[in-house]
Amino acid sequence: MEQNKRYHSVRLDVSRCKGCTNCLKHCPTEAIRVRNGRAYIIDERCIDCGECIRICEYHAKIAVTDDLSAIRGFPHAIALPAPSLYGQFKNLKSISPVLDALKALGFDDVFEVARGADIVSRAIHEKLREPGLPKPLISSACPAVVRLIQVRFPDLIPHIVDVRQPMEVAAMIARQVFCRKTGCAPEDVGVFFITPCPAKMTAIRSPIGQKKSAVDGAISMMEIYAQLMPHIDRVLTHPTPTSSTYYGVRWANSSGEASAVCPENSLSVDGIHNVLRVLEEIENNKLNDLVFFEGNACAGGCVGGPLNFENNYVAKNAIRKLSHLCPMEHPVDNVPASMMTKYPLYFDTPIEPNSVMQLDDNLIVAMQKMEKMNAILEGLPGYDCGSCGSPTCRTFAEDIVRGNCSEMDCIHKLKDQLKIMAERMVELAQTKRE
Amino acid sequence: MSSLIHAEYPVEKGDYVRAGEASTDIKRRLKQLGVSSSVMRRVAVASYEVELNLVIHSLGGKLELDVGPEGVFLISTDVGPGIPDIAMAMREGYSTASEEARSLGFGAGMGLPNMKRNADDFDIQSEVGKGTRIAMRFNLA
Repeated sequence: MEQNKRYHSVRLDVSRCKGCTNCLKHCPTEAIRVRNGRAYIIDERCIDCGECIRICEYHAKIAVTDDLSAIRGFPHAIALPAPSLYGQFKNLKSISPVLDALKALGFDDVFEVARGADIVSRAIHEKLREPGLPKPLISSACPAVVRLIQVRFPDLIPHIVDVRQPMEVAAMIARQVFCRKTGCAPEDVGVFFITPCPAKMTAIRSPIGQKKSAVDGAISMMEIYAQLMPHIDRVLTHPTPTSSTYYGVRWANSSGEASAVCPENSLSVDGIHNVLRVLEEIENNKLNDLVFFEGNACAGGCVGGPLNFENNYVAKNAIRKLSHLCPMEHPVDNVPASMMTKYPLYFDTPIEPNSVMQLDDNLIVAMQKMEKMNAILEGLPGYDCGSCGSPTCRTFAEDIVRGNCSEMDCIHKLKDQLKIMAERMVELAQTKRE
Repeated sequence: MSSLIHAEYPVEKGDYVRAGEASTDIKRRLKQLGVSSSVMRRVAVASYEVELNLVIHSLGGKLELDVGPEGVFLISTDVGPGIPDIAMAMREGYSTASEEARSLGFGAGMGLPNMKRNADDFDIQSEVGKGTRIAMRFNLA
């Protein structure tokens, strides 16, 4: 599979973009600019959180995921449903119909990511007891939050818990179990995550903390929702058994992870801008009495992902109800200790800071640029109107210093300049011949 | 001290609404300059503490940031009330925070010790009735 450091699931559909400034204002890493009447996403800054997808009323921001037909690229295919998928269906009496519906779409087998979540819960729980780690430890489950830290809080990287995502753990086990059962070769099995968000797609193509993802592709929930629907109410004589626990299913909702790994002293925050504010506090050491921090880019947790069909509040409630139908087996007591060493559950690659916010590699040059930037900023109106195509006057000044635009791209500056020119022209016109 | 970057942040007494904004801006600037993560973190902690000290304890003052080849400098000056016993104030756990500040979760008596611990150079001068000046320097590497 193509491994690309700058791969992004979030893209722009130029034909739909009006060049308005709605997305500019909501991007948590100031990664969007409007130039020449259309938006541009700055690849190095984008964290694939999907905030722009939600905000764009013209649907010009899209998430690229794999087509369902991608599963035919492999002799065998396994579906890995994120627990948030279960929240898309109202009044489920059991998870089994969802698993059978996935099989009906052409998957040979299904492995629940909620099971991966249980294993990850135990691994993190053990990690929290290790001495010498910075507090609070920060969850690595939401790839958009991890990337947010790389871009905006590089000093918090040591706080990120080095345990792989439930999707990754589920993929490793699913492939191994399937191959053992059928005797087929691992490379003949395609493992596909059923995803609520673009960030997971990006995490597969361009993994964080590991060299290669165990997942082969991601299929959007939105894309297959309609196809799953007709199968949900079907009653089978031998339904696929579910192995999800209360705790595993709850990972779909914000605070599900925290309550599985450290209910006594953790904090869960959802919504990327809320996460940003709390990361500022962690950075200021205001929360170092906390043991664990779970941040989810989407409101409500993964149920709020931009690729969910159902309203996030309704889905959250559905998950809550469904979780009570599952066994209350706590991962710390029920995931066997042998699991902690049986599979590679930990990162094999360090998380690197993303220095895209830096003005220059050289500190002195960066200082000169910042000085220039501040001087430019003082001459700007401070309306943060976005007409120039940068999200704020401050970022506009930064863009000028970086050489990406000029002061006359500010419509207010331009008007002032035109006024001066017009006055001069009047003066010139009134000048009589000597 | 040859500094290229200079910024001033006025801080008002009891202004909990804006409390933390100066240190957020200081952090943003240091990240843009590419100051190393470990230094950044120490400045973050100290600048937040010193800013909150101005809000909670002072009658108002200002915070100044200077960055140059010699390091990051944070200077806090206020117009009072001044600290009668600096040695006591520097003790961990000692606080004179008001009930209001305590109800907001402040007043653990760790502000000054935290600043001293995080800064490479720390200096505090105070005169009752006049004001307090805290100067901190952080090495760049």
